[in-house]
This record gives sequence, C-alpha cells and structure tokens, in this order.
Amino acid sequence: MPKDHGIGAPMKRREDVRFLTGRGVYTDDLALHGQAAAVFVRSTVAHGRIKSINPTKAAAMPGVLAIFTGEDFKDVGGNPAGWLINSRDGTPMREPKRPVLAHGKVRHVGDAYAAVIAETLSQAKDAAEQLADDSVIEELPAIVDMKAAVADATNRVHDEIPDNLCFDWGWIEDNRAAVDAAMKAAPHVVTLNLVNNRLVPNAMEPRASIGEYNPGTGDYKLTTTSQNPHLTRLLVAAFVLGIPENKLTVVAPDVGGGFGSKIYHYGEEALVLAAAKKLGRPVRWTAERSESFLTDAHGRDHVTKIELGCTKDGQILAIRTETLANVGAYLSNFSTATPTFLHGTLMAGPYKVPHVYVNVKTVFTNTAPVDAYRGAGRPEATFSLERVIDKMCRELNLDPFEVRRKNLLTPDQFPYTTPVGLVYDTGNYQATLDRAMAMADVAGFDKRAAASKARGKLRGMGLSTWIEACGIAPSHLVGILGSRVGLYDAATVRVNATGNLSVMVGAHSHGQGHETVFAQIVAEKLGVPESSVEIVHGDTSKIPFGMGSYGSRSLAVCGVAVTKAIDKIVAKGKKIAAHMLEASEGDITFEDGKFSVAGTDKAKTFGEIAFSAYVPHNYPLETLEPGLEETAFYDPANFTYPAGAYICEVEVDEGTGKVDVVAFHCADDFGNVMNPMVVEGQVHGGVGQGIGQALCEFTAYDENGQLLTGSYMDYPMPRAEDVPFYNVDYSCQTPCTHNPLGVKGCGEAGAIGSPPAVVNAVIDALHRGGHAHVTHIDMPVSPSRVWQAVNG
Amino acid sequence: MHNFDFAKPSTIADAAKALAADGAQALSGGQTLIPTMKQRLAAPATLVSLTGIAEMQGVCVGDGGLHIGAATPHAVVAKEAAKHYPALADLAGGIGDPAVRSRGTIGGSIANNDPAACYPSAVLASGATVVTNKRKIAADDYFQGLFSTALEEGEFVTSVVFPIPQKAAYVKFNQPASRFALTGVFVAKFANGVRVGVTGAGNDGVFRWAEAERALSADFSASALSGLKVDPAGMNADLHGSAAYRANLVKVLTGRAVMAAG
Repeated sequence: MPKDHGIGAPMKRREDVRFLTGRGVYTDDLALHGQAAAVFVRSTVAHGRIKSINPTKAAAMPGVLAIFTGEDFKDVGGNPAGWLINSRDGTPMREPKRPVLAHGKVRHVGDAYAAVIAETLSQAKDAAEQLADDSVIEELPAIVDMKAAVADATNRVHDEIPDNLCFDWGWIEDNRAAVDAAMKAAPHVVTLNLVNNRLVPNAMEPRASIGEYNPGTGDYKLTTTSQNPHLTRLLVAAFVLGIPENKLTVVAPDVGGGFGSKIYHYGEEALVLAAAKKLGRPVRWTAERSESFLTDAHGRDHVTKIELGCTKDGQILAIRTETLANVGAYLSNFSTATPTFLHGTLMAGPYKVPHVYVNVKTVFTNTAPVDAYRGAGRPEATFSLERVIDKMCRELNLDPFEVRRKNLLTPDQFPYTTPVGLVYDTGNYQATLDRAMAMADVAGFDKRAAASKARGKLRGMGLSTWIEACGIAPSHLVGILGSRVGLYDAATVRVNATGNLSVMVGAHSHGQGHETVFAQIVAEKLGVPESSVEIVHGDTSKIPFGMGSYGSRSLAVCGVAVTKAIDKIVAKGKKIAAHMLEASEGDITFEDGKFSVAGTDKAKTFGEIAFSAYVPHNYPLETLEPGLEETAFYDPANFTYPAGAYICEVEVDEGTGKVDVVAFHCADDFGNVMNPMVVEGQVHGGVGQGIGQALCEFTAYDENGQLLTGSYMDYPMPRAEDVPFYNVDYSCQTPCTHNPLGVKGCGEAGAIGSPPAVVNAVIDALHRGGHAHVTHIDMPVSPSRVWQAVNG
Repeated sequence: MHNFDFAKPSTIADAAKALAADGAQALSGGQTLIPTMKQRLAAPATLVSLTGIAEMQGVCVGDGGLHIGAATPHAVVAKEAAKHYPALADLAGGIGDPAVRSRGTIGGSIANNDPAACYPSAVLASGATVVTNKRKIAADDYFQGLFSTALEEGEFVTSVVFPIPQKAAYVKFNQPASRFALTGVFVAKFANGVRVGVTGAGNDGVFRWAEAERALSADFSASALSGLKVDPAGMNADLHGSAAYRANLVKVLTGRAVMAAG
C-alpha cells in the first residue's frame, strides 16, 4: 500500500480543483476599477532605423490617454543580462542596452517601439494602427543567419558591435590544447554537424501585466505572468525604472505555464508601471498569441559541430564541440548563461571522459531574444552527445547499450569531478540503464520489428543516457561563473494560533504542483494533516525574498528552505514544550505531531504548543519570544544531478516519412520522490515537449527576418496523438548527498533526455530498413525531412 | 476586430438581397473569416449569416444523389451522410477538430476554396454539382485556382449535390501544424469510370489526376498506379514539404485511397 499522505504519497494536486473548474485567477482575469488598456506598436520589419513617430493623429483619437515611445525611456536603465560571460581572451561580453521601448533602431519583427494607452482595448488598437501608419522606419538589411552575421562586419544588429558577436567562450580554455592532442591521438574520430532547432515556448497563458500606482502613497504594484516575482521586482525596480524595491509589489497570481519564457523581465512590465504612474490609474496589457510568438524569449537555436575521439571498441577519449548560439536581438536575462554554463558544463554527460572542450560563440541576430527554455542548455548538450555516440556506434558497428555501459561512470567513482567543472555527488547510471532495458524489453525488439514490418512500417529503437545539473544553484559557484545574482531560496513557516499553517515560499508554481507537494513535506515533518497547511507564493508583499522557479530548483532549493524553517519551528516548539512540561529541553522529543518527555507519557500536541506561543500565559517569556514563525534561506552546496536512461521506439512510414513514437520508456533517478504522481506528470510533460522538439516544432524566419511560423497554422505543436502512453519509472533512487530531503529535481528531465532517444530511434529504423546512407536528420524529424533523407 | 453590422436572413432571397449591399460579406461557419477579422485583416461593413436559412441545412437523398445544404456543419455531414456516402462522411468527420466541425460548413469550405481544404477534393472527385442562388455549376467548372471559384458577385452556394459512387475513399496526410491537408486524395469509382480529386498538393489548388483516373478506370487497384509519376512542377512547396515530397504524397495516398475503397 502506498502512503496516502505525507512524503512519498501520490496525492492528487489540490490546485487542480480550481484549475479544472475554471476557478483559477490569472492576470487577465483581474478587472480593476478605472483600468486602461495598453497596446504596443511593434515593428513589422526585422531591422530598421526609426526616422520619425508622429503621435498627433493617434493622440487625438477617441479614448486615447497617453502615447509612449522609446524617447520617453531613453534616460532610464536597460533590462540587464543576469550573467557576465568572458570571452576566451578574457574580454567581457558585449552587452548592448535593452530598452523598455526600442529607441533609434528596431531589431526584430515584434520589437515594440511605441505604446498606446486608451480607455478601451479597441480604442487602443485603433490608435496603435494609426500610430504605426504615422511612423517612418527605414528598413535595413536583416541579419538572420548566424554564420553570415559573424562574417559581416558592416551589417550590425547593434551599431557598436562590429561582428555581431556577444562573446567567444571556451570551456575550459586551459584544457584546449590537451583536448586537441587527445583528439589527434584517438584511433577513431566521429564528427557530427547538427542544428538544435529553435523553439517558441507556447505557454498556454500568454504574457500579461497590470501596472498600478497610488499617488497618495507612491506605491507601485505590478501583477504579471512571472516565474519569479522577486527577480522581476529587482530588475524592473532597481535596474530599469529606478523605483525603490520597497515601493513596488510584484504579484504573479495563477500563471498558466512558462517553460522558462516567464523567468525574464520584459519591457511591457516596465511600460505598464510607467503608464500607471503617469495616468494615476491601472494600466493593463495581455499579449495576443501572435505577440507571444514574436516576443516571448525563444529557446535552443544552436548550430553545433561535435567531434568524439574514441577507441575502435567504443571507449570515449575526447569530446570537442564548436557551437554558434543565437541570442537574438537583445540579451534576455539568462541568455548568456544558457548556452555556456548550463550547456558546456554538461558536455561530459554521465560518462567518464578524460578530455572535453567546448567552444560557444553567441551571436546577435534580428530575431526574437533567445533564452532558457525547459532544460536550457542541457538538452542541447545531451542531444549533441547522445547523437554523436549513436553515430559512433554505427560507424564502428557497436551495440549502443554496451557502449553506454562501457563509458558510464560507476557508483564507486562518486564524487566525480568532470573535466568541465562539475562535481557529481552520487548516481547509479548502470541501474537506470538496466531498468530501462528491462522496461523496454530490448530482447524482444526483433519480434516487434517484424510485426511492424508486416504492417508496412520500419521499426527502430533509440537510447539516451542523460544527466543534468539542476537545483539551481550554489551561489558561491555561480558567482565565480559570472552570475550577477545569488540562487538560494527562502521559506517562512507561520504557525497560526489555532495550529494550522501558512507557508510562504520563494518558489513560484505555474503548473508544477508546489501547493500540494510542499504541503506534504510540512505535513510529514510536523505530523499535521495537509489540509491544515496553506502554501502562499507569488506575492512579494507576502513571501520572503526567493528566486522563483526554473532549472528544476523548486523542491531541491526552496523545498529544502521549507524543511530548514520547519526545523527551527520544531526547535522552538521543544523549548516551549520543555517549559510547559517542566522538563529539560534536551529530554523533549518530537514525533507524530507530539512533543513528549522522553521515557514518560507526558506530552503536548503541536496544536497546544502553537496555542501557547500565541497565548503565552504559561510561557518562558524571559528567555523566549512568543509566536511561532520561522524563516529559512537555503543556498545549496552543489547542483543536483538527476540522471536516467530513456528508450524510444518508433515506427516509420516509408511512403510518407511519418514517424510515430510507439513506445517511450523512462528510467530516472531523481533521488527521493516526494509525490510520485506529480513526478510522473512532470516527466510526461517533459517528454511530450521533447518529442515535440524532436518530431514537430521549428521556428522559421525568412531571409528578411519575418517569422514564418508565427501562428499555429505553421508552428507544429505536438498533440495527444503524437505521443504514446509513457512508461515511467523512478525506482532507482540515489538520494542527493548534500540536501536533507535527498531530492534532485525532475522538471526538465523529460525535455533533456528524450529528443536524442527519438532521433536515434528514427535513424535506427532507417538503417534497419536499408537506408544506411542516412546518418543524421536535423530536428524536427518531420515527415518531409525523413522522406527527403531517404529519397534525396 | 472592427465593428460590423450583422444580418441573419431566413430565406435565400433575403440573403441575396442583404448581400447586394455595399460592404456586405457572407458568413457561414466563420472558420476562416472570423479569425481573419480578429486579426484586422478583413473589415466587412455587414456580415450576412447564411446559417439561419432552413433550405440550406441538412443532408438528404434526392435527384442526382446526396443533397447537402451549404450551411450544414461538418459534424452533421459526418453523421448523416454516413449511410449514404461513407467516404464523404469520413472526410467531413476528419476536418479540423470537434469545435471546427460543429461550426464549419461545406458551403463555406468550397466558397473559400482554400487549396488545403478537404471538401473540394470530394466535390471534384464525385463530379458533384454546386447549386447557388442563381444556377447550377458542375464541379469541373467550379474550382478555378487558389481561393478562386466560379461564384460571381452576389452569388453564394446553397447546396451541393453528390452523385454516389460505387466505391470511394478519402485519405489525407496532415500538415503538421494546421492539420489541414498537406495532401489529400479522394478516389471515387463510378460505373462509368474513376475520378481522383487531389487537394493540398497542387500549386493551383484542387485538381484531378487524369493519368491515375485512366489507369484506375482500367484496373481499380493500387498496383495500377505503379508506373505513374506525378510531376513536381505542378506542386506546391512550403515549410512543410517540397514539391517533390507532395508529388510523392499524391501517388502514395492515391494508392492508399484505392486500397481503402476496397
């Protein structure tokens, strides 16, 4: 019997009651008295010089309250990048100002250069159309292709950056010569050129923001679709608008998905605040889906050459990669960390590889900014690595399972320092590989392939053994690596006088299930029912200063802060109990919600202690403060390292090139599992996104920088029919060694591990079908690409 | 969306009158027109709904075959045509999703003549007759290229009459994003020969594949197609498939439609 509550219980998510009955409250659901509507005037050209914006006609239109242009914000700060990366030669990255509204130049289709505030949305749209007509923008040649961008010194996204290069990063630069030598000496070298396809995040809820300003107090409030309200507050207040942090409250209410795209601060948030101040009334904006396509930070977009040196029997000796990573027109907040420290540091994978060197050049283009998207850098690393290993197996006629096994780190090798700067604390990669192979019935594959053949389909099987670094992140380490923030998190546990609890957390739930899982942890630790625990998040006026949710960090960082705060509650409770029970503090034990004097039947319940803390009639007031509320900040000592083995089976229709994923097996090691149902849901979602990247999704700009896949008519999202019933297992558990919950994080795993498993399976199917000339197909492995690869 | 006036006449005559006004635009299920208006790419002064006219609704067997009112939603055709013309019902049941099928209509589809719409292939392959408020138009004369039809100013489709073939099937391969037909092939076998209607593939919209019709009229089997080649020169190319890929799909799907027709 599984537990029915507490840690490890597959409890249904409490938040789903409101989500599934339409009772969630999202930003756009809020109707405020006196609210005005904002509409942005966005560039229709990818690159252009703003010659003039004449607001006369638009300003005179019905209902128009205010018009803003880049001129209004030219003296305020820019939206900064969160990480400073240095180039190989030690020079700092080029960091152009990212203004609230484009000023001087527009740099991608969708770049906002003006905003209209009006009484109604319809009036604002009418005036925005007029303003667009009355704006003169001289179109400049668009810079779209990364290779062309770095080769052309005359055409510049930012006039002050001659080669459109943000930085040229080497990791680890000092190892470069040794890696080159190892590669040269390797008996066999495999080379793979690949594209990691650019993705549009497509959160179900588009971005939305409401600005408020109270002229009587000088207080601002921003309600916005954010994954990290405190970070947004820091950015918009301290960096952009210069509002003191104490005068700005940021609220992220229910948020309908983010996948990274809502980590970042966007100019629309600053605009609605500035407009609210100017007008003294609330100003709201909600993106239309087409705006989401054009302006949400996109994901991935790497062009990579990876080389792998090995012995003839498949022992990996060296790995070397060269990547062009697109950052788009401006640096989004995490854009410089994503292709570097979230990517290069994972290039050793779960393998014992002596020599690894990663080179990444980040390139400005006239496209939407690119930043972290579910997995963020780690899917790109995993894809490169798992694809080149698969190619090695084909070139040397080796079994991909045995090759993985030969190269995987073994449990006795932990802690293990990789050649790319991480220290893996624990793991058992053989165990997950064994588990996945058993789940997938690898031995029975030939029989299934024969059955597929009888149905006219080619069947293939693909493997990926993946690892990620998450639980982002140890501040001391990321500080050395260039981060401009700390990456701890925080929780406040407030025991109310009647014994129930309000727990304020810095993590933000936008679909993850924190309200359920954090309550399970509190309930387990304090011996109270989950129903007496309320999880409060998303409001900077209520919660402690936390860093939000991304990088699979909520549980491994904020969840640990919750447990640390609970430890303080228990410690204080023991003091109160000792006083009430007239015993010494050292004799008090706490178990199952009761403070007892060891060896006696004298005890006080948790509720009695809480009551006493707030009605301190019989209480050690001379040595102890009343009340029962504790805050803990937790800064992790290391990243956590979830890992696993994924096996995918596909059927390929040779006539049409269509790939069907017919089976997908996941054996993951997430350390201890708090709620298996939530973990399964996270893996399902992640693998779904990974299959989407592998088979469906792509983002196409034409040579003029026009987004060709700007709606669901052309941007292929995966649908239910594109994914199989997943077979998910998390029974291999090596608990994280450096956090007290022993947890590792599971939010991004599926999106990291799955794309190479899918593509490897397609290549396998084609080889089995006699199409051995097909050594690689870039994602998405769409029907037309498969057909082209086979027939081209 | 810009403001507009709305009229919902209950007779074909009243609809014709309303549509004669300046800036009037016929509205059926609105599956193309409404999104276009929401994007402010169209701003008709008046929308004249054709869905309140009783004689433009429903499915029945009559002179010349199966009569389908132009304002009949796909979901109704999927249900009510099933026992008379199963291949046509299958096609209707595979358009879009349930929301689209409950609003979108056959008349709207063929009046718009989107080159990736499903219905035009069935109308053409069945040799159907398009009935308008003014006249009857043979399918072969009706479709005139991308988004182009024989309909004149003020003319609208009131029903479509489908001769019922001995055997038929529609096989479509979805465009991965929109799930419109990247290519769709409708094969219909009549006593006097086979007709093959292809949608999604041609660079001039829906077309008949004459070589396949000749081959299949002689031998209604997939193998009859083996020697045929589709010229990519006439095919559409876009993000989701080259002309050569679509040419391949035409042949592959025609064979599969023949097999499905039995």
